[in-house]
Amino acid sequence: MSLFNIFDTAGTALNAQSLRLNTTSSNLANANSVSSSTGETYRARHPVFAPIMKQLGGDGSSIGVQVKGVVESQEPLRMEYNPQHPMANEEGYIFLPNVNVVEEMANMISASRSYQTNVEVMNSAKQMMMRTLSMGQ
Amino acid sequence: MPMNFDSVLGIHETALNLQAKRAELLGANLANSDTPGYKARDIDFRAALRDAQQLGGNAGPMQATSRRHMQPENYQMGAQVMYRQPLQPSLDGNTVESEVEMGAFSENAMRYMFSLQIVNGRLQKLITAFKGGQ
Repeated sequence: MSLFNIFDTAGTALNAQSLRLNTTSSNLANANSVSSSTGETYRARHPVFAPIMKQLGGDGSSIGVQVKGVVESQEPLRMEYNPQHPMANEEGYIFLPNVNVVEEMANMISASRSYQTNVEVMNSAKQMMMRTLSMGQ
Repeated sequence: MPMNFDSVLGIHETALNLQAKRAELLGANLANSDTPGYKARDIDFRAALRDAQQLGGNAGPMQATSRRHMQPENYQMGAQVMYRQPLQPSLDGNTVESEVEMGAFSENAMRYMFSLQIVNGRLQKLITAFKGGQ
């Protein structure tokens, strides 16, 4: 029954969006994690979404979402001259993550809206199925 | 008025099937609202229902008579699945517009409920007839 496939598809989307929320929260949490060298500094992480082209069974009308991986941002790190800082290196510099807080907030809102939409879709599909099941009673 | 099970369901059996299919397509669109390069898809419900009614079960693409023939793609129950023209195209190639899809999904769900309601009403009538009005 094709209504069942909606749950699978929306489920993959919920999974992907919650992962996106997770990366966003870890980016925001580490926005001010200071370190003394470029190698140790936290870099912003972002998931890469892709459609699942070969859906298990079905006839290709339900395409879910998969997370291909999580990539680290290649933006330059922020360097700050602060010799008083305990983490400062020999030249007096500290390194701050390349997290763009504004971008992350926008990401967070987008992810939570998408999550809500998919929950709504699941609820509607559930209602449709329940009504179908109670037909003729 | 003679009444049998076929005439109880009538057009609504086809309609319910198509609407369930369309709900699946629109659900997939909404699931991929943030997937780069994803193209939103939909079926022309009116045309699909008309074809399904006129041609019975024979609507749709040319039939492949051998497994080695090219199989027709992009058809769901005789309805051609088409790509949506976006109102505001986005840079990442995604053509899903959440509000458009959500509107279509809700409308489709309402129509599904409507068809169900009618079938249910007819079934109730039949049940009443079976019981002799008791």
